Amino acid sequence: MKLLKTLGLATALTLATGGVMAQSDDPLSVGFIYVGPIGDFGWSYQHEQGRLAIEEHFGDAVETTYIESVPEGDSERVIRRMAQDGTDLIFTTSFGYMTPTLRVAGQFPETMFEHATGYQRADNVSVYSGRFYEGRTVQGILAGHMTESNVIGYIASFPIPEVIRGINAAYLAAKSVNPDVEFKIVWVSTWFDPAKEADAANALIEQGADVIMQHTDSTAPMTIAEATWDNLGEDETGIYAFGQASDMLEFGPNARLSSIIDNWNPYYIERVQAVMDGTWESADSWHGIGQGTTTIGAFNINIPEDVAAEAQAALDAIAAGELHPFTGPVNKQDGSVWLAEGETADDGTLLGMNFYVEGIEGAIPN
Amino acid sequence: MMEVIGLNADVTIQQSLFYILTTLLPIMVIAATPLVLASTGELIVEKSGVLNLGVEGMMVMGAVIGFITAVETGTPVAGFILAAVAGGLLALIFGFLTQVLLSNQVATGLALTLFGLGLAALMGQTYTGIRPPQTARIDIPFVSDAPVLGQMLFSYDWIVYFALALVGAVWWFLNRTRAGLVLRAVGENHDAAHALGYRVIAIRLAAIAFGGACAGMGGAYLSLVRVPQWSEGMTAGIGWIALAIVVFASWKPGRVIIGAWLFGGVTILQLNIQAANLNVLGIAAIVLAVVTIGMIALNLRSMTAKNWIRVAFLGALALLSWAMALTWPAFRLDSAYLSMTPYLMTIVVLVAISGDRTRAALNAPASLGRVFHASS
Amino acid sequence: MIRLEPRLTPSRAMVWGTPALAVLATMIAGGILFAMLGKNPMEAIWTIFVDPILDPYSRDELFVKAAPLVLIAIGLSYGFRAGVWNIGAEGQFIVGAIAGSAVGLAFYGTEAIWLLPLMALAGMVAGTLWAMIPAFLKVRFNANEILVSLMLVYVADQLLRAMVAGPLRNPAGFNFPESRLFHDSAVLPLLQGFPGLTEYTRVHVGVLIALLLVPLAWLLLRKHLLGFNIQVMGSAPRAARFSGVKPAMIIYVCLGLSGAMAGLAGLFEVAGPAGQLVPALPQGYGFTAIIVAFLGRLNPLGILAAGLVMALTYIGGENAQLDLGLPRAAISVFQGMLLFFLLGLDILVRYRVRFGKRGAAQ
Repeated sequence: MKLLKTLGLATALTLATGGVMAQSDDPLSVGFIYVGPIGDFGWSYQHEQGRLAIEEHFGDAVETTYIESVPEGDSERVIRRMAQDGTDLIFTTSFGYMTPTLRVAGQFPETMFEHATGYQRADNVSVYSGRFYEGRTVQGILAGHMTESNVIGYIASFPIPEVIRGINAAYLAAKSVNPDVEFKIVWVSTWFDPAKEADAANALIEQGADVIMQHTDSTAPMTIAEATWDNLGEDETGIYAFGQASDMLEFGPNARLSSIIDNWNPYYIERVQAVMDGTWESADSWHGIGQGTTTIGAFNINIPEDVAAEAQAALDAIAAGELHPFTGPVNKQDGSVWLAEGETADDGTLLGMNFYVEGIEGAIPN
Repeated sequence: MMEVIGLNADVTIQQSLFYILTTLLPIMVIAATPLVLASTGELIVEKSGVLNLGVEGMMVMGAVIGFITAVETGTPVAGFILAAVAGGLLALIFGFLTQVLLSNQVATGLALTLFGLGLAALMGQTYTGIRPPQTARIDIPFVSDAPVLGQMLFSYDWIVYFALALVGAVWWFLNRTRAGLVLRAVGENHDAAHALGYRVIAIRLAAIAFGGACAGMGGAYLSLVRVPQWSEGMTAGIGWIALAIVVFASWKPGRVIIGAWLFGGVTILQLNIQAANLNVLGIAAIVLAVVTIGMIALNLRSMTAKNWIRVAFLGALALLSWAMALTWPAFRLDSAYLSMTPYLMTIVVLVAISGDRTRAALNAPASLGRVFHASS
Repeated sequence: MIRLEPRLTPSRAMVWGTPALAVLATMIAGGILFAMLGKNPMEAIWTIFVDPILDPYSRDELFVKAAPLVLIAIGLSYGFRAGVWNIGAEGQFIVGAIAGSAVGLAFYGTEAIWLLPLMALAGMVAGTLWAMIPAFLKVRFNANEILVSLMLVYVADQLLRAMVAGPLRNPAGFNFPESRLFHDSAVLPLLQGFPGLTEYTRVHVGVLIALLLVPLAWLLLRKHLLGFNIQVMGSAPRAARFSGVKPAMIIYVCLGLSGAMAGLAGLFEVAGPAGQLVPALPQGYGFTAIIVAFLGRLNPLGILAAGLVMALTYIGGENAQLDLGLPRAAISVFQGMLLFFLLGLDILVRYRVRFGKRGAAQ
């Protein structure tokens, strides 16, 4: 066994220095690096589902490895170790892995890297992400209809464009179906802290929110919303929430209205196939509902039919490319015009979004 | 009124007072309960002269065992009991190492945290994605439904009251019983206690086990009530805050409650300020004004020149933050600065109680962290 | 009846024997754990303890991982000998990294040889100042330094979050809370081409400095008056006071020294492997170093060994996750067990195990 491994290392070395190509009958080795535990039922869990989908789809033709809970500040060693082991394709699935991925990629030009949610590419580094904001539009429609207090609570992690995009998309959609709607936003400065997220959900509920959206990774807000459904009187409803990253149905059978599911499976299978076919190239993929990367979980049965139909129509229109979540007229928070009538936002603006749209109260931190 | 003081929210004073008492206070109490439990346990441990830094590990162990038990048996009470047992057992590993094998307490406590976090994650692997059974709320007919007071005092689950009762019991034990006196003697001077014939190691082991049991229950409160779910690493540093609270409380049980509410409260307050879209500067102005008026009221008869200077200083600060709140209505402080405050306050309290050597000696156990071996 | 009887002098055999015994015990207990998880115990233990030493890449990484631990632990060991308990090295590590980064970023684009030394100086000064807070409060107000230094860790952590989200944030980084990448002059040079190291080694100058400080620290402890005073202070405080050693001075020196070392380690980490200030920078090195200091018995050479063993379990643990699919949690349990055995068996150095009733054995 040891000998084999040493041989493997030697092969990797020759590969790295531009030597012979691996024989085609070897299984393709694919590695995954996760920032959280695979049991987080959120971000890392969904990437792990992608890995399992690859295994199922390609069978013996692939060999996958993964390593979970890799701290972003200490990830370069792990990425490098995977590259040294001769892994052909490496998925680094957190923003904080960007710099380390690029560094290792520079030293292993024959290894292919896929970095999630980053913004810097190299010849052998692709970046990929999902247009999760498209899902926010669907959520916003549901939330705008379902809220009775007209207050929607939003648990946000960090004020990065991705999160701000989600807030804006959800707000525009909710406002379009319910002009009285109001957003209350809480920044928790963490991606994963169940206790703090639970406290934030409670704070929003106390402030009158009856629908909770989250852009954090734990299932705690959903659990808190579900708890309000216990011991309800007749004709009373509890707090609604949305699954984030994964479906989260089991955490909120009553409370969950729908969910945005990060479905990496099609992209991962496509990229592995590309490596096998020898057609893999560095790319910048930003796929949404149309390509299946952003999937919308089944609607709660308590949603009235017409509301569900409206949300479904929006979903279908987005999938078909007929509806863009950011379509003018839209003003910025300060009242200045952002998008004129009929104009849609370009990807560049979306990728760097650092402003709220008109109607959202409060300021983005910093 | 609120507009004037820069809170920029259209609510009256009565409404906000009502809001604070009936909604903010209950959430603070719930957020503080795991801290009350864990800190009370650690207080007994430290009073016996032992410093166990492994609170986080014991809490997370209690969280997972409590969760598994409650799910498997369907009764949360069983979950809390077994969580206490698990926390106690884990603590006894620390006890055996530090008391019998005389290992260093700081290092062993840190190792305990590492071990506990790992073991809990391993045991809980198949328990993510499950809802635990609900922990019963105390519901007294009419009383619990009474406006304001009912919601303020009688709207919690039984663990909240248990935790408060535990603090009372610990106070009574330390100050009114012979056994409590012995425990303090052991923490004060283990050699003298040993010479008097007390079994130092046995007493300390009992204290350590008690501390572990309390931490375990605190952890179970997280996974069964506050969040209700199990996820890996869900304690996220609460155990360390529990350690801070013991110091903040200057080893007095009653003050543990205040400390826990303060630490728990800052997080809650911070999130609520955001949710209500309030201006931190306005809040600061109100708090400072209240403190200033309070100082004048308390010292009205004996206002010395020094006190007047203090009052004037505080008043000026209040005015300054009020002016700033009006100037920058959209000012938002990075929440990181707000999160620092409880730790800084703990240091201030620590300095205040330590400065007076005679008073400090009454509270802080003199033998804290020192190794005991009966060599005679 | 089993009793413990103090030895007159620490057992030489046990000084070397107990760590070996502890590792052996961990292998057995860990083997049982791994077997219960359905893995081949021999393979797992080989992967964790032996593979990283044989594999040249992992060997490099051992030093990279061990360097901050060793650096901080050496600083701490002086205080621990004197009975000054700084457990806030993590905080000093963080402010060292912040201050060093601030200097590096202030001179962004300046290609100059003096920049790195200036950053290192800033890191050390910041670490020292941060450690001076508990020192001053201890001397002036008798406040417990364990607790003050611990509290300051959390303050430092929040400070880091505020800094990367505010003043030190990358202006072109889409609001992500992290600084820009340091330019070349602000990054520690790698020891590429150094004999025994691999081509793409991550071993940087900071690792070399940490290694060079080990013998220096040993000399300071054994040959210098300060080292002597520190040791006397710890073992016989009253005697120390009579011989003219000022306790306040020892407190300042010990905390200052450990703060400087931790601050330097923080700077090395941020200007070395990280290359930018990120909120995820603190890995708990400051806490792990406390364990390393005790495992190394507060002796610089022992600390070097302990730091390498600690690093071995991290790197071996990662390898075991990759190669064998062991869950990370199992590695934590394994590390915890190793520490328990090492700390617990240490007693054999100072005490003799006696069987039978008291006096009967004599």
